[in-house]
Amino acid sequence: MRKLAETFGRDIQAGLTELGQASVLLVEALQYTLTGSARQQPVRLSAVLAQAMDMGIRALPIVTVLSLAIGAMVAIQGIYSLGLFGAESKVTLGAALSVSREFAPLITGVLVAGRSGSALAARLGTMKINQELDALVVMGIDPVRFLVAPALLAMLLMLPLLTWFADVVGLFGAGLYITTTLGQGFPAYLADLQAALTVDDLLHGIGKSAIFAVEITLIGVVNGLGVSGGADGIGRVTTRAVVHGISAIVITDMLFAWLVIQG
Amino acid sequence: MSAADAVAIEVAGLHAHYGDKAVLRDISLQVAAGEVMVIMGGSGSGKSTLLRHLLGLQQPTSGTVKVLGVDLGRAGRLALLQMRRRIGVAFQGGALFSSMTVGENILLPLREHTRLDDATMRIMMRLKLDFVNLPGAEDLMPAELSGGMIKRAALARAIVMDPKLVFLDEPSAGLDPVVAAGLDELILELKATGVSLVVVTHELDSAFRIADRITVLDRGEILISDTVVAVRASPNARVQALLNRRVEHARHDPDEFLRALTRAD
Repeated sequence: MRKLAETFGRDIQAGLTELGQASVLLVEALQYTLTGSARQQPVRLSAVLAQAMDMGIRALPIVTVLSLAIGAMVAIQGIYSLGLFGAESKVTLGAALSVSREFAPLITGVLVAGRSGSALAARLGTMKINQELDALVVMGIDPVRFLVAPALLAMLLMLPLLTWFADVVGLFGAGLYITTTLGQGFPAYLADLQAALTVDDLLHGIGKSAIFAVEITLIGVVNGLGVSGGADGIGRVTTRAVVHGISAIVITDMLFAWLVIQG
Repeated sequence: MSAADAVAIEVAGLHAHYGDKAVLRDISLQVAAGEVMVIMGGSGSGKSTLLRHLLGLQQPTSGTVKVLGVDLGRAGRLALLQMRRRIGVAFQGGALFSSMTVGENILLPLREHTRLDDATMRIMMRLKLDFVNLPGAEDLMPAELSGGMIKRAALARAIVMDPKLVFLDEPSAGLDPVVAAGLDELILELKATGVSLVVVTHELDSAFRIADRITVLDRGEILISDTVVAVRASPNARVQALLNRRVEHARHDPDEFLRALTRAD
């Protein structure tokens, strides 16, 4: 019993330490972004763009496929469940709100956590084990400025853009199923969409994705920096980054939705 | 030459711990400008830890470390940054950035710290590659290099900013004798240009070839820090054991040993 309590206490302590570490990293990365040039530690645009290319542009194919599938899935389930009480015609409203407010940001976030959060953890973990981080420090290059800030900025830029893209593709996928099943023309579907969607709905999803971006980056970085041991250590932190990243996204999503609806 | 310039490194009363375990005890040593100081010791003697403290990668429990006149414990970020532009470090495994080519690795300090134009930086990079006998290796990835080439590329990166002080961690470990001797030559050539060097090694032949002075560490303490001749002539049994590669058998108290064997966790 005592051992259990000890383990529990130690886990809580470790969790709080990581949370503190993530907060410090966030503040430092933002400081470098704003004032780095004056301190001879500029965050380079080229580094941000390279990361944005990797995290955003290269994720487009898979985001397209998944958003199409999710959009169609929402339409299929919507028509089935609304059909139970003869309200199939309301499916466009349901699909519009659920894709823009929930599914697009959630699925994009999960995907990017799996692709880029894990890659970040693996990259930083490998660099730490190979003493590449030490090499940066002794060269007078702060790793937070050189590695963390560009990743954070790129993620903050690309995840909302990807989410917006997923909105468009997802609603197109839903439209394909709805128009063929209900025999509605595509222009009529678009008109329904326009009536159903407000800018607030889109911003609700895109706003969430900005929070997810910060979470995915910081969780990837903290896990990468916390690596110990050799190759298996990197495997461990990479998996941990994905699991923690997805958990953080889902929990934040719930809290955000609840808070916004309260307000 | 001012006093600060005459001394490259000054360590006074340095104590360091990992958790509760003391890894460095009361270390005091000086490295004069232009000399090659070799830090020797067996595995676990604390020499790698001492190097990390000299580089400011770890905070000591107590004591001061001054590098090129900058007190690492007290200096602000900018002072540390300026000091780090004047030193070069080649890590044991090279620590080349695996996502960049050899050339980009060597260019990185120039790109980050200078405003030279690209063509000039490339010329400097090629000069350094030539100096370490790796001409034409700039487009290779670190994964394509042999052990000796990695060490030489790391040395090229360490000296690309023309530092006043260069740290080398185990430069000849794991290399065949010919390649290792080649690296020793490079170290002596560097010294001839007026650079101070701190070399951590456990290779005796290499140490005697390159050192002006040798510091012998054992179990976190300095046994001796003196000229090569004085170290060779040292009456200290632990120094002689290290120099003559004698194995020191830990003596067990029979009762203590029995208790350790039968201990219940």
